[in-house]
Amino acid sequence: MSYEIVIGLEVHVELGTKSKIFCNCTTEFGGAPNTHTCPVCLGMPGVLPVLNKTVLEYGMKAGLATNCKIAEFSKFDRKNYFYPDLPKAYQISQYDLPLAADGHIDIQVNDETKRIGLTRIHLEEDAGKLLHGEGSVDFLDYSLVDLNRTGVPLIEIVSEPDIRSPLEARLYLEKLKSILQYIAVSDCKMQEGSLRCDGNISVRPIGQKEFGTKTELKNMNSFKALEKALEYEAKRQIELLEDGGKVVQETRRWDEARGVTVAMRSKEEAHDYRYFPDPDLVPMVIDREWVEEIRKGLPELPEAKKNRFIEQYGLPEYDADVLTASRRLADFYEETVKGFNNPKVVSNWVMGELMRIMNEEGKELEEISLTPSHIVEMLQLMDKGIISGKIAKTVFEEMFHTGKRAEAIVEEKGLTQISDEGALVAIVEEVMAKNQKSIEDYKNGKDKALGALVGQVMKATKGRANPEMVNKLIKDRI
Amino acid sequence: MSLYNLTVHELHNKLVKKEVSSVELTKSVLARVEELEKSVHSYVTLTTEDALAQAQRVDEKIAAGEAIRPLEGIPVAIKDNMCTKGITTTCSSKILHNFKPPYSATVVNKLAEQGMVMIGKTNMDEFAMGSSCETSYFGPTRNPWNLEAVPGGSSGGSAASVACGEAIYSLGSDTGGSIRQPASFCGVVGLKPTYGLVSRYGLVAFASSLDQIGPFTKDVTDNALVMNAIAGHDALDSTSLNYQPEDYTKALVNDVKGLKIGIPKEYYGEGVEPAVRESVMNGIKLLESLGAHCEEVSLPNTQHALSVYYIIAPCEASSNLARYDGIRYGFRAEDAADLIDNYKKSRSQGFGEEVKRRIMLGTYALSSGYYDAYYLKAQKVRTLIKNEFEEIFKKFDVLITPTAPTPPFKLGAKTGDPLSMYMSDICTIPINIAGIPGLSLPCGYTQEGPIGMQIIGKSLDEATLLRVAYTFEQNTDFHKQRPNL
Repeated sequence: MSYEIVIGLEVHVELGTKSKIFCNCTTEFGGAPNTHTCPVCLGMPGVLPVLNKTVLEYGMKAGLATNCKIAEFSKFDRKNYFYPDLPKAYQISQYDLPLAADGHIDIQVNDETKRIGLTRIHLEEDAGKLLHGEGSVDFLDYSLVDLNRTGVPLIEIVSEPDIRSPLEARLYLEKLKSILQYIAVSDCKMQEGSLRCDGNISVRPIGQKEFGTKTELKNMNSFKALEKALEYEAKRQIELLEDGGKVVQETRRWDEARGVTVAMRSKEEAHDYRYFPDPDLVPMVIDREWVEEIRKGLPELPEAKKNRFIEQYGLPEYDADVLTASRRLADFYEETVKGFNNPKVVSNWVMGELMRIMNEEGKELEEISLTPSHIVEMLQLMDKGIISGKIAKTVFEEMFHTGKRAEAIVEEKGLTQISDEGALVAIVEEVMAKNQKSIEDYKNGKDKALGALVGQVMKATKGRANPEMVNKLIKDRI
Repeated sequence: MSLYNLTVHELHNKLVKKEVSSVELTKSVLARVEELEKSVHSYVTLTTEDALAQAQRVDEKIAAGEAIRPLEGIPVAIKDNMCTKGITTTCSSKILHNFKPPYSATVVNKLAEQGMVMIGKTNMDEFAMGSSCETSYFGPTRNPWNLEAVPGGSSGGSAASVACGEAIYSLGSDTGGSIRQPASFCGVVGLKPTYGLVSRYGLVAFASSLDQIGPFTKDVTDNALVMNAIAGHDALDSTSLNYQPEDYTKALVNDVKGLKIGIPKEYYGEGVEPAVRESVMNGIKLLESLGAHCEEVSLPNTQHALSVYYIIAPCEASSNLARYDGIRYGFRAEDAADLIDNYKKSRSQGFGEEVKRRIMLGTYALSSGYYDAYYLKAQKVRTLIKNEFEEIFKKFDVLITPTAPTPPFKLGAKTGDPLSMYMSDICTIPINIAGIPGLSLPCGYTQEGPIGMQIIGKSLDEATLLRVAYTFEQNTDFHKQRPNL
């Protein structure tokens, strides 16, 4: 039997506000344990929360950028449960009246556009962190609590069960991340936990209308982990059904090391959170003019930018897609094109060399010293024939690592292109003398042999020879 | 008369005229504390040294010819559920027996700005849950008028300390009557302000939507003076009203002519002792003779207030008190095997019976499947009660009722019967439910102790309450009585 996979994702995103959601403490990542805290986020007896206005604004931005409707009336609720990382023993969240609802985002799956519905986006506070069996506390028979993260603002984005494969799930999450980075409400770093994703997954025989029994997956800490965990879990559920078994509704944890999902707790063990409206916070009536102001202030979003790149720069869809995946990259690209008006050439360098080196070195765009003007100057040198394309790659690497300008590198290392016929003739003739066989081959119709000869000359000049001129000189002599 | 028996405004005049120093006054009060703590037991914690040091500073200021503010240099007692930085704040609970807050409540900071001399932190029912001060982990407070009787609660220590001169004024908190009922039992003036008029920041929460801080004083003038110091918007409390309070001493006018007073009959019914009814009715007759129009009215939804309260307050409390888990501060059970065992043992051993009863009530009422039937329904009835008061205040300026249905009752008389204990707040609870102000002042005395009259006003109309109370006071001498201790 063939099965259809049904997935819905719950994504938690830390908002990049300067201070926490209900107090003035910094939201900065890291810091010595329990230093980014105050009586309010420590949940001391008697303290009260006061909502950070920017959190509300960021939440609305996220809602509007994902085509949600912003609630006219919204409120905060308490989600009650005991855990040492939750100092009040309740999390301030939103239950039945979320800030935003009923949105969607579009993803590209196999060249087709697919729409994924968003059920809701709500605001809540993050919990702290427990340290057990990690590093220097490995030997302890107790756990340590770090409440720096407590009260950092979060939005929870809940999708409809519209996702039909682990690949779609990854594409959805990537698109969501891209949108949130575009509107600058979060840095969305999965490794630092500012983007976290849980998944609900079930399978059903193709054609069946009712959903199968779902499981909830946790601890998927990267895009790859998300895809792998969902693949594993879909396979596990299908095999279970094929063998005549039943899927049990439960929460399962992705074990990255073993590559399996493991049962955490059953439906019966699920908490009763006893939600009720937080009496310490007054309900919010959201001003429509404010919503419109925020809507107008939204930047160009990935989808719109991609279409503009195709139209304005004549780029292939693939290039436009890659270049607009992050706002920073798109800005970097456009800045470069402004200085060197050949969009495709710029695209090739940005998508080629730049992204290759960044990937190899695990660097983000904001971490590098290379700027668009570096690339512009290098491309101009190439354009003027001062350096060859091959040399340009060497220059590029050097620029990337040292931040030096192209001209300085070329000068320092003597990398200018040799276009002086007199200087090249001797080398060409020497190479031809040593490679009689290639000359014979060429004469016998093997065009490739010419390339080999040119290559030898390039090698002898460490890539500096003007390849067109070398070509001509060899042909003249055969 | 001994210094400790005087009022804030009398003592302020003496300080200004240099007839007495703040240190002398403070020592007089501390000597009274020394004398009475064994029998009355108003305090959980005394801050004697700080009090004398602060009094000394005020005296230096006076000596230097500087002006002092109305509360400056006057000894005050603070209920032990208001956070005082570095000073134990226990809520009279074992679970917080050693808790020293790293910050002070807004009201405490405001009084500090006014140059308060804090004598100590007063005893209360554990986490303000009770009407007799008997649920305190540190033992009960006794009524200065009758040591066999309770002082009322939950702010029993704050009421008793003012009644017997262990403090000149004090702060209490009122969730369902916890200022007014002990004020009634102890023969002092107690005001529960409009919800949101006084900041709750730093008040250890019992039921967040009902809790409100207010003053205990020996007379109405003092009450206005303390309100001037503590009322007003606080950016740290989202439920604090954006309201600039008036100078409440301007309300101290001896005149009720033409004022419309409603007498809601439901507050005089079954359970209200004849002596109480009689004293309050005499008070109303007096106001009538002074020119007020008095008329019987009906507030039929009042009968639901107690039920609504015993859903909403425990629900909020069950969540508010969840943070006492033995992890970060306060009491932790020693023999816990693991995390869950720690929660169970620390909370089982750290909380008293009444607190546990209410946590269980609230937890149950909020549970999945019960929420609509209890919490949601209670909120709807709460709105009805609120509306009913709003309607009646379109026709009347104030309402007058007994504060409590009985004079002070004996220690132990109701501890075995929670429902009869809860009934003690039958006249005060509806006022918290509606979020409006209520003031209790003495209007009679019995063998068992004092009787209080409750004046209820419209939202943010504390001024009219004070005016009616002041007029009553100027024409009677109930407020001049002191217990014979």
